[in-house]
Amino acid sequence: MSDEMMEEDGVIKKFMFVNRKAPYGTIYALEGLEVVLISAAFEQDVSLAFVDDGVFELKKGQDTKALGQKNFSPTYRALEGYDIEKLYVERESMEARGLSEEDLLVDVQVVSAAEMADLMAEQDVVISF
Amino acid sequence: MPMVEVAGKTFEVDEEGYLTNLADWNMDVAGYLAAEEKVEMTDSHWEVVNFLREYYDEYQIAPAVRVLTKAIAKKLGADKGNNKYLYELFPYGPAKQACKIAGLPKPTGCI
Amino acid sequence: MLHIVNKSPFERNSLESCLRLAKQGSAVLLIEDGVYGAAQGSSVEAKVQGAMANVKVYALDADLQARGMANKVLDGVTVVDYGGFVDLVAEHSNLQSWL
Repeated sequence: MSDEMMEEDGVIKKFMFVNRKAPYGTIYALEGLEVVLISAAFEQDVSLAFVDDGVFELKKGQDTKALGQKNFSPTYRALEGYDIEKLYVERESMEARGLSEEDLLVDVQVVSAAEMADLMAEQDVVISF
Repeated sequence: MPMVEVAGKTFEVDEEGYLTNLADWNMDVAGYLAAEEKVEMTDSHWEVVNFLREYYDEYQIAPAVRVLTKAIAKKLGADKGNNKYLYELFPYGPAKQACKIAGLPKPTGCI
Repeated sequence: MLHIVNKSPFERNSLESCLRLAKQGSAVLLIEDGVYGAAQGSSVEAKVQGAMANVKVYALDADLQARGMANKVLDGVTVVDYGGFVDLVAEHSNLQSWL
């Protein structure tokens, strides 16, 4: 991400990172998370959206020992320490996957598709993974 | 990748001297990594290094300096959770040096 | 908001999710394999047609031409060239690319 995009005369912009992929099957979820962590250094107004299979990134109880890949799910709990506290999960996506808020490993705000659409529309920058 | 031998055990580091395999870490390895960074380890240094290892264990990342400072302030008090204290212990950057000695990868968001 | 979809709706759910989360009055531009979503007679036609009540749908001409789909574009979909693509980006204050 270019400096210019992130900081224009010190103006704080609203950035939303949209997570739409399940973890482990592809690299998107992990790469997306790393971009989010790096974005924290620019001190912008960052939020995360979990839509479609992206909801699976937050499923409790992930254990990758047998798979031999790094389990990065605990890192979502570190986001609060990075001052990234706005995590939105789309209810329709969550429920379509048989999940409820209790299945998620971090505190989130569950929002309807219509509310999510509003949140997306009010962003300066939306980056999708 | 370069191989290093410490106290009869061999382990791998990357081009920048970070330990490749977290599981290879022990006090001897930490001592070697600290010597490479020209850091003389005291109890205060160990406290930060151990804090980092616990942080990594919990969150699976090495924290950015700002995050480390805040987390240390929360756990060990404001007299330790500040840049001055941490830079005195690790003059070339607490995230970079302390993470290296703790055997962690280079911090994400370290730019 | 300008939404850009570049994946086939028969391979991925990008278009479906985009249409679900696009607000009234926003624009959806189909490019690359995304242009298959603008085709007549497909299994997603009804969904796209329904969405056109709320959002304006565009498809990139070069991608339609390349795929032999230019003669099958749904009524109501606006075909744009690269200049039109640039205009759409310039007209909207923010955009979202769906992967």
